[in-house]
Parts: sequence; structure tokens; C-alpha cells
Amino acid sequence: MQAKLSVVALSVVAAFALSACGQKEEPKPAAAPAAASAGKLEVVVKLGHVAPMTGPQAHLGKDNENGARLAIEELNAQGVEIGGAKVKFELLAEDDAADPKQGTVVAQKLVDAKVNGVIGHLNSGTTIPASKLYADAGIPQISGSATNPKYTQQGFKTAFRVMANDVQQGKVLGEFAAQQGIKTVAVVDDRTAYGQGLADEFRKAAEASGIKVVANEYTTDKATDFKAILTKIKSTKAELVFYGGMDAQGGPMAKQMKELGIKAKFLGGDGVCTPEFMKLGGEAAEGHYCSLPGMPLEKLAKGPEFRDKFTKKFNAEIQLYAPYVYDAVMVMADSMKRADSVDPAKFLPVIGQAKYDGVTALIEFDPQGDLKGGAISIYQYKGGKLAYVETLGGTTADSVKADVKEAVAEVKEAAKAVAGAATAAGTEAVKAGAEAVKSGAEAVKEAADAAKAAVEKK
Amino acid sequence: MDIFLQQIVNGLVQGSIYALVALGYTMVYGIMGLINFAHGEVVMIGTLVTITVAGSLIKAGMPVALAALAGLSVSLLLCMALGWGLERIAYRPLRNAPRLTPLITAIGMSIVLQNLAMMIWGRNYLTFPALLPKVNFELAGAHFTFIQVVIVLLSGATMAGLLGLIYRTKLGMAMRATAQNPAVASLMGVNINRVIAAAFVIGSALGALAGVMVGTYYEIAHYQMGFMLGLKAFTAAVLGGIGNLAGAMLGGVLLGIIEALGAGYIGDLTGGFLGSHYQDIFAFIVLIVVLMFKPSGLFGEKTGDRA
Repeated sequence: MQAKLSVVALSVVAAFALSACGQKEEPKPAAAPAAASAGKLEVVVKLGHVAPMTGPQAHLGKDNENGARLAIEELNAQGVEIGGAKVKFELLAEDDAADPKQGTVVAQKLVDAKVNGVIGHLNSGTTIPASKLYADAGIPQISGSATNPKYTQQGFKTAFRVMANDVQQGKVLGEFAAQQGIKTVAVVDDRTAYGQGLADEFRKAAEASGIKVVANEYTTDKATDFKAILTKIKSTKAELVFYGGMDAQGGPMAKQMKELGIKAKFLGGDGVCTPEFMKLGGEAAEGHYCSLPGMPLEKLAKGPEFRDKFTKKFNAEIQLYAPYVYDAVMVMADSMKRADSVDPAKFLPVIGQAKYDGVTALIEFDPQGDLKGGAISIYQYKGGKLAYVETLGGTTADSVKADVKEAVAEVKEAAKAVAGAATAAGTEAVKAGAEAVKSGAEAVKEAADAAKAAVEKK
Repeated sequence: MDIFLQQIVNGLVQGSIYALVALGYTMVYGIMGLINFAHGEVVMIGTLVTITVAGSLIKAGMPVALAALAGLSVSLLLCMALGWGLERIAYRPLRNAPRLTPLITAIGMSIVLQNLAMMIWGRNYLTFPALLPKVNFELAGAHFTFIQVVIVLLSGATMAGLLGLIYRTKLGMAMRATAQNPAVASLMGVNINRVIAAAFVIGSALGALAGVMVGTYYEIAHYQMGFMLGLKAFTAAVLGGIGNLAGAMLGGVLLGIIEALGAGYIGDLTGGFLGSHYQDIFAFIVLIVVLMFKPSGLFGEKTGDRA
């Protein structure tokens, strides 16, 4: 009898719980405001994070995840309130092994788990196919590292990235090679969406600057032996070897170049701009160049602080994208705050209007979801460290210009309002007009400050 | 021409490593008809153990040559123990099971070992300590290093030693007898369990040696490095005729050279239609052609010599 009673009790509870869910339609945290009035309710916001946690890029995947974890712990420590309810962020970390097929499998898993947003994936090759699943489900996605231009060109409203894309990066690298007086180049890529995309953009830019591409060679993102292709490159006497791919291949490649007596310089993109590259390349890495989107951490206002926090928490060096992923989480949370909702349908539209002062940059998106005005910095491997060389092609100046333009337009509008007020001769209207002028002037001042800061940064 | 020579050198070194690993596959297959897919992982463990032992000894101030020797012997012993353990735990209980069962177990063991290595050594790439002096030679326009010379000579000597073991010793005779017919061999007083265990132990020792060579050559190691290496070595063993020792050696060297030449010349041969990312196609086309005309591989027919 007792057992029967408890069963009844359980089913009553279950029914009650079910009906409660029914009222909310879905167990979506969107109903939080209603619940909040009943008392302090905690809403759990699930953020998916995807990166390769196994395979040759597992070290970068772990780095990304650490970046996301740091952001989430900070948000939880801050005690963010959205829609009147206390929000607890939770990270659902998945492993896609840098494999496009696995990428869509875990993406579906996250969609089924009804995550509020997705951070990632790491690789362009996994991000692009997965982005369709998120787009179909209306789940916002911010990648901190997928740089292939195609990702945001598919027309999905849900796809964003907080890093300059490969069109920008390839262009800068091509121009940099020309600036170094390079005449002939051999291009190698690892046949992934990222490596191939970057190599293509570099090739275009290099040819446009008058550099001759004397060899196109290919490898895979799992290879360790490059002697055969390097031997062929040697026969072309190229002055520069450009590699579109990741550090796990780039480091040994630089080493094998040296062993084969190749005197050419080595140049690569963000994938090889890591401490790991230098560890694997050893002495052979010395003197070569690579590029990273954005400005070096040391030159950013919040950069050194972030580095301290990160190394203290995880007892590990930042590999590559951790600060970008951290920013991606923060932009997502910031958008929820601005929309005052954790419902993807409600906060998705405001992500595009983000103006978040992150660790890596002032994050604003263009209509496609790409980062506005992404600067690219060139580094040289020197004495086992990445030495900052210069920042190129940065459109920071452009974005400042745009700000100024906007501000001027505001002032003009305000002036119009004043004129209108004058004709109407209404005191209230005059007041409003004056206020408008004031805000316009403030905007101009702000823009000027930003311009000054940008110049200082340069 | 110097480019051609360089590609041959590249291929020969790579091929010697394939050959050593292929021997491990072929010995086990020859004796018990099992493809030990976990063999690539034994190679990986051999490399990683050497990194840990030699690396820490060098850090502790031991001379490099001594540390290298210590690292090599520890990894040899550990891998031999691992090979013995694999046989004892994973394969012996399934000796009389259908053929598919031990095959699946082998794949399972491979995954277990990979993940175990990931837990012990982590996900990052590890740098292999420089155990041999870095000296570069140049001969007729081809560059090669002291390490490459050592790899080719050492693997050649090891293979000769193995042939001696199989054809000149009592254990070798027992192995050949078991390969021919286990039931009759046991009637003749051969301890089958011991012979099979010996095949695993010797194969694993060769694998550990190959692992140390791979490590010294590329100077990097990773918990997943065994997978692709194992697959290539298995291909080499099939190419030479699986179960045949000389076949595995020849198959390995051949595969290495075909790969190097394929990567170097495929672009020119096809007028840029196929690039160097199709280098594996080259190797596998050769494999398919060989198997079409000689389904048992290059040396496969002389089943009497299996060991």
C-alpha cells in the first residue's frame, strides 16, 4: 500500500511538472521572467562548445575549451541576471576530432540538447557543414577560429565569427611576402577547408603583387613526412614556402626543410602561429614568419590581464585561439543581456548589433556576421618566441572613419531638429534639439577618442 | 637526377621503418593467421616510452648516448612485455574462436592502447629528444643525415638477424613448424603457446625499435601516430605477401620508395591533374596491380617459409 501511494504521489508530481512545462511550451528558459516573480529562480543557459579534443589538433581544442571555460566561470561568478532571473551558464563541450563528419554528428547532438548557443567549431572544415544544422534550428553560433570565408557567406543569420577571415589574412600575407622582396613561392596546403582556403587567398594576393607561384604541393592534416614534396619544391628553387595548415605539420615541415638544405623562408597563417610550432620546429623555426588575426595580446588593453588569468587557472600557456573563444562566449552572453532574454529567437537578432569591448578587439559584426575591421599581425619566430613584427591591412582606421561618419550624420540630424524646432518655436522642441546636438557632439568626441586610441595602438 | 636520388633516399628511409613494423604484422600472421591491428600502437608506445625515459635522463644530466641506450632498452623491454600481455590477455582466450573475433579484439585493443597513451602522455605533440648527433652529408646533390644512415643500416642488420633467428635456431624451427601446422607441431613436442608468445614478443621488440627510429627521425610523437604507420606497414606486408618475412621487408622498402616517387612525380606525370595529395593512390595502385596478378603478394606463394 505504501508503495502504491508513493507511486501515485510520484505520478502526481510528474503530471504537475509536465503541466508546468506545458505552460512554458518548451523547457526553454524564455519563460524565466514569469517564473522570476515567484521568487529567485535560476535559469540554466546551455552553451555548446565544439573543438577537436582528440587527434593531431587536440592541443588547440583543449586551448579553445579552456578559453570558453574561463569565460563561463567568470560569468557565473559575476551572477548575471537576465529577464529578472539569475542565470547559470553551463558548457556542453563536444569533440569533433577536426573531422567534418563527426562535426555534424555532434552538432546534431547539441541541437537535440536544445542549447541556447554554440561556440565553435575550431576548424573551418567542421564549422561550415555544422553551421547549416544550427541555422535550421535557429541556434546562434559564434566561432572564435573558423577563418574560411565560406562560413559566413552561406547566408545563415546564425553564423558569426570574432576573427578576421582568410580573405583578409591571405591578402596581408601575400602583400607581406612581396614586401620582403620574394619573387618565387611554393604553396603547400593540407587540403582542409582552412588550409586550402588560406592557400588560395594567399596565391591570389601573391600573384597580384607580382610573385610567381612555382609549385603547388599538398599534404594532409595528419602527415608527418614532407620530404617528398619538399624535395620537389627544392628543385623549383622557390624563395619562400607558404603553408596553409596547422602547427602539427608546419613545425616538422620547417625542420625537414632544413634537413634537405632548403634555404627558402617559411610563411604560414594563424594555424602555425603557436608555441607548439616552435616546439616542434625547434631551431628550424627560427627566422620564419607567420600571421595572426587581430593585435598581439601584449598590445591590447586587456591582453596581459587575460594571459595572467589563463595561465594561473589552467597552468598552461595560451596556444592560439583561447582569447577569441573567450570573447565569443562573452559576446553571446552580452547579446542575451541586451535582449534581456536567453531565448535564441529573441537574442539572435541583437548579436549582429554587438559592440563588445573584448580582449581581442572591439567586436562588431558586418551584415554577414564577419568581424568588422579585422587587423592582421605578422610575427617572426625569434629565440623560441613569437616576436611581433607589424600589423598590416588593419581596417581599424576604416571602422573609426565609419564611426566619425555616423557621428557627423547624427549631428546633422540634430541640427535639422534644431532648425525644425526654431521654426516651430516650441520650447520643448528646442530643448529636444539641443539635447540631440549634445548627444551628437558626444558621439563625435567618442569617435575622435576611438581614432586616437587606434592610432596609438598602431 | 639529384632530385631523383633525393627521393630514393627519402623513400628508402621511410621504407626501412615500414619494413620493421611490417615484420611484426607478418610474423604474427604467419604463425596464427591473425592480423594484430594493435601492432601500430605498440610502435607508438615504444616511441613515447623512449621520450619519457631518455628525455628525463638527459634532463637529469646523463650523457646523451647513455640516456639513448637506456631509453631504447626500457622501451624494448616494455614493448616486449606489452606484446606478451596482449597475446596472453586478448588473443590466447580466443585462439579457437571464429577468425573474426580476434580481429575485432585487435581493433579494440588498438583503441584501448591509444586512449591509454592519451591519458598518460596527453594530447599534445611531444618532441623527441635529439639522441643522435645531427650531421648532414651531401652526395651527388642529395642531402641526407647521419640519422637516416643509421636507420637504414640498423633496420637492415635487424632484419638479417631476424632471418638468422628464424632459419638457424631451434626457436626459429619451432616457429616455422607451428606456421605450417600447429597441431602436428605440438605433437612433435613444440610448445605452441610459447612459440606464439615468442612471435608476439619479437614482433613487439621490432616495433619498439621502429618506434625509436620514427621518433629520432621526425623528432615528434603523438598518441595517434601508430595508426597510420600501422596501416602503411600492414599494406607493405600484404604487398610483399603476408606471412613471409622477406616479403615484408621488400614490401616495406618498396612502399616507401613508391610513395616518395609518387609524391615527387605524380604532378608532372599527370600534367598537374593529380597533385601530391594523391601520393597514397600511387602506393595503392601498385598494391592493387600486384594483388591482381599475384593475389598472395610478391612472395606469398612460398607458404612453407612462413614464420
